[in-house]
Amino acid sequence: MRYMMLIYSKEQPGGLEQEASQRNYVGHRALMDEAARKGIFVAAEPLAPTSSATTVRVENGKAVVTDGPFAETKEQLAGYYILNCESLDEAIEWAARIPTMCKGGEGCVEIRPLLGIPVRPELEVATGQAVAGNG
Amino acid sequence: MADVRSVAEAVFRQESGRILAGLIRISGSFDRAEEAMQEAFSTALATWPEKGIPESAAGWITTTAHRKLIDVVRRDNIWREKQTSLRYAAELAGFSPGPDLEDSLMNFPDDRLRLIFTCCHPALNQEAQIALTLRTLGGLTTPEIAKAFLLPEPTLAQRIVRAKRKIQEAHIPYEVPPTHLLPERLPSVQAVIYLIFNEGYTAASGDQLVRIDLCSEAIRLARVLCDLMPAEPENLALLALMFLHHSRRYARIRRGELVTLEEQDRSLWDQTAIREGLTLVEKALASGAPGPYQLQAAIAALHAQARTPEQTDWPQIAELYEKLLEHNPSRVIALNHAVAIAMSAGLEAGLKRIDDSGATGELNDYYLFHAARADILRRLNRPTEAAEAYGRALALATNQVERNFLDRRLRHLNRLSELG
Repeated sequence: MRYMMLIYSKEQPGGLEQEASQRNYVGHRALMDEAARKGIFVAAEPLAPTSSATTVRVENGKAVVTDGPFAETKEQLAGYYILNCESLDEAIEWAARIPTMCKGGEGCVEIRPLLGIPVRPELEVATGQAVAGNG
Repeated sequence: MADVRSVAEAVFRQESGRILAGLIRISGSFDRAEEAMQEAFSTALATWPEKGIPESAAGWITTTAHRKLIDVVRRDNIWREKQTSLRYAAELAGFSPGPDLEDSLMNFPDDRLRLIFTCCHPALNQEAQIALTLRTLGGLTTPEIAKAFLLPEPTLAQRIVRAKRKIQEAHIPYEVPPTHLLPERLPSVQAVIYLIFNEGYTAASGDQLVRIDLCSEAIRLARVLCDLMPAEPENLALLALMFLHHSRRYARIRRGELVTLEEQDRSLWDQTAIREGLTLVEKALASGAPGPYQLQAAIAALHAQARTPEQTDWPQIAELYEKLLEHNPSRVIALNHAVAIAMSAGLEAGLKRIDDSGATGELNDYYLFHAARADILRRLNRPTEAAEAYGRALALATNQVERNFLDRRLRHLNRLSELG
């Protein structure tokens, strides 16, 4: 099952010191390489800070655009991993090793299973035939 | 007919955890397993009155439930969840009920251990862990659990549904964690069992009988845990601790009022439970550095061995609390430590310890802090300060039995001051 690991950390104005930033990068690189060697790596990437965030909400059929993230929280979404794990326990073990101080400070990782989208579900409903899905 | 029902109920209470655990392993689904088991019990109630109760009622239910499970899986085996269902179907294809099968189905101890670890998985919140454990392993029905926890039934049912859904959706594994994860996973299992016990033991409100039932249920679960992981001293200690507390169940409440350890009629203590507890403590303590349950059980054992309050080995109890604080620096343990110091090194020393711990002001809203202070002040013969502390404790306490106790102490002090 694919799990998305959402990294939340406290953003610091000005970002990390160079040395911490380097350490952080090396930590992520090593973890990503290990996951890739084990054949479970799907994707991972950092996000630009929330100062670059834009939120779009459709109200009465019209897109309302606002500056900033959709919710003001103590810790902000800073990046993600997608790993293919056997179970939640395996996902927890990996999540515990993700450096969470991407943009400064300590943080946490939220694990959410990815549900996947069945390939052409409408065909399946229409014909009652089993179609190989990726869920 | 009454016989049939009572036999079925007994099988349900004693064996449903075992049966369900096996069904979940095969089907990978709590819901299907429960459905199959319920159908097996319905079939028993429908056919036993005519055909007679089978010699091994539990075995009969187990085999029938496994047959029902095949039906349930086949019926559900439509396009939804194809792949996983296929896996179950493949496993079930190799399944042919026969005379030896009952035995092998009944004796798969790992199933229940898997089930305990899944129900108490840290990814579920603790309330859900408790409800799910009682429901699946404890053989308690949802209304029974709701009643015991003084909760509306829909709230509890919702809690169980959500927990089962999370297990399914997040793929919480149905397995005993590997050795390297045990140190972080076993404590959550022990905590759930101890919380079930405490719910029955401390909150002396609501239906008393139901509550004592919760204590027995927790003891039964701890026994299962000991059977399944006999080499784990903390499991033995947890069971011992509960036996030793449980031994005082008839002495600690008198006419609905809380009786302190010191004032309890010790002849009412259940000596069988004490013996069992003491044997377990010895066994648990034989193995090296003691963990938190071993320390708590050792403390309970020292209390249980004192024939009169004066014979209590307070210096050793104080020492044990000090070690316990290293494991778990919580405020309730710190207060207990201070009380043990008061009873061993002297009341003044104990009071100083309590006041030091309250110096930051963060215990001001904690009723036990004021109650413990009040008790030491009372013993020090400082009634005015004691009454003031009891008053503050009373303003903060919420449990009716505890409130009655504090109120009684306060009134007693006021009477004394009127006399003086």
